[in-house]
Amino acid sequence: MTAVSDRQRLQYIAAQAADARVNVELETEGMTLNIGPQHPATHGTLRIVVRLDGEQVVSADPVMGYMHRGYEKLVEARTYPQVTTLINRIDWLSSFCNEVPFILAAEQLMEVEAPPRAQWIRTALFELGRIANIGLFLGELGLQLGALTAAFYAFRDREFVLNQIEAVTGGRFHPNFDRIGGLKDDLPKGWIDETKHVMQRIREFCDEMDDLLVGNEIFEARTRGIGVIPAEVGLSYGLSGANIRASGVDWDIRRDDPRLPLPYRDLDWKVWTHPDGDSFARYWVRLQEVREATRIVDQLLDGLPGGPIMAKVPRIIKVPEGEAYIATENPLGEMGYYVISKGDLGPFRVKIRTASFNNISVLPWVLRGVYVPDVITILGTLYFILGDIDR
Amino acid sequence: MSSVDTGSSADAPATDVTEPVDELRAGLLASFEHELGDAVTGSFLRPGVDLWIRVDAGAWRTAADVARRKFGLTFFDFLSAVDWMPSPFGRYEDAEVDTPLAEKLNQPYELQTGAAGGETRFQMLARVADVRSRRVGVTLKSDVPDSMRIPSWVPVYAGAEWHERETWEMFGITFEGHPGLRHIYLPSDFEGHPLRKDFPLLARVVKPWPGIVDVEPMPGEEAGDEDAEAEGGDAG
Repeated sequence: MTAVSDRQRLQYIAAQAADARVNVELETEGMTLNIGPQHPATHGTLRIVVRLDGEQVVSADPVMGYMHRGYEKLVEARTYPQVTTLINRIDWLSSFCNEVPFILAAEQLMEVEAPPRAQWIRTALFELGRIANIGLFLGELGLQLGALTAAFYAFRDREFVLNQIEAVTGGRFHPNFDRIGGLKDDLPKGWIDETKHVMQRIREFCDEMDDLLVGNEIFEARTRGIGVIPAEVGLSYGLSGANIRASGVDWDIRRDDPRLPLPYRDLDWKVWTHPDGDSFARYWVRLQEVREATRIVDQLLDGLPGGPIMAKVPRIIKVPEGEAYIATENPLGEMGYYVISKGDLGPFRVKIRTASFNNISVLPWVLRGVYVPDVITILGTLYFILGDIDR
Repeated sequence: MSSVDTGSSADAPATDVTEPVDELRAGLLASFEHELGDAVTGSFLRPGVDLWIRVDAGAWRTAADVARRKFGLTFFDFLSAVDWMPSPFGRYEDAEVDTPLAEKLNQPYELQTGAAGGETRFQMLARVADVRSRRVGVTLKSDVPDSMRIPSWVPVYAGAEWHERETWEMFGITFEGHPGLRHIYLPSDFEGHPLRKDFPLLARVVKPWPGIVDVEPMPGEEAGDEDAEAEGGDAG
């Protein structure tokens, strides 16, 4: 476990004190505050009922379900190719990343492997999705903390990334581009050069965010030591992605899962971690993650192999009987699909493991004892998309 | 179906002798068997891919406990359940909108379970992983007894709380020792358990799915041609 700072210790004591008060005073002196369902920090419609004692949160109860669409039931009535259309809508800021683990799980069951070129383009689009998603986070956190400028820069530069995704897939938000056995199409002409320009731009955007926010005294005061999640707690709640790396756990599925056929292991990039586990660490890790993603995209485009983009697959896709769980390192964290097939045209059961559901389940623990403005910081830096919680 | 390495009609190619032995996962399986003894009722190992262990319902929490405290599988991935009953509605492909639902329900069926076997209609499905050193995950399963009660994992993995609320709501499985089984997604007065196979997907029942045309054979292929899989598709 990482070292505990004075501030963390104080916070822990405050949480204990708040706990003690619940039993004797809450009923008479407490106050219940509804945060959401409509709040900029909720990225959708999450409602959090917090019970306050003065300015301090005594307990927090997130209320989900405002956007529950029942995908796990719906996919049981669909064929494999139809499923990608639905699961595009889970994490809507990086839709392509939602498709990849499902397609990989189906490919594993069918024992089909997409040709190298398809895997490389897949990975490039995956990382573009990451940049579009986390790039927005980097600016939006500023918005939530009262620094409006950063949000405008983020929206401005995300547009270039979305344009590149649109140029390949035809869709800005819901590409529906991944296929069992490969991809729908090859890259358009001139795309590689243009994407490299965009990657340069994103690196400059990251530097801008570095200047605007990371060095900023108010930003640091609002994020340092706020919402500390120790690694052990994070793991038992199933936190993944940048949230757990910010608590010092050096784990990234892209690097650490040898079963993934994506070419991450052939590239030169780094997994960043931060020992503090606070809101600042989560921001900082994501900032580095976007920088690394631009490097990954550059290398992918330099080394793009030739060849077909589609393996030989039957026209009517039947997935053989079996079970497979494949997870990828999505922008929000680990996203996986547990696919059970009975040799039919569609899956028998799909368990969708989304990152945000687990990431947000730590909220009741982490919000205990914090002050009301810090609730927003913690919500912002845990970073969730509501579609990713509610599915 | 109770011996070790049963299981499974999954598709591991038995002839592939070049496939290396997966020492990591085999070692994990051996330590689970050593620790839990007879409570391990089934297992399935696909070398280099994944490991499934099925435990007795009574040992469900113990399995989580030894996984976390003894084997370092500290990362809680997910927890859910499977309803192995074949859907009485098929895949909602027939357009017989006038057939009463009751006629389709309560029909006898044959239970077919997946990796690591199973004997009951409902089965727990959970995954835990070691993300720090060995970086390996294991899928744990357990048959849910007819009482539909199983020990809760919350005392072991705090993150199981929301997953168990979801599983309770979607499958109607009660978790003993859970601090508060409340609805998580659905309205608090919702009746029924939507992910059970006998819960109809009403949108498809009241109106046949127009996309049905997608699953019909393409022109030039014979209907029900099972050999179509072997042929190359139109990759272009």
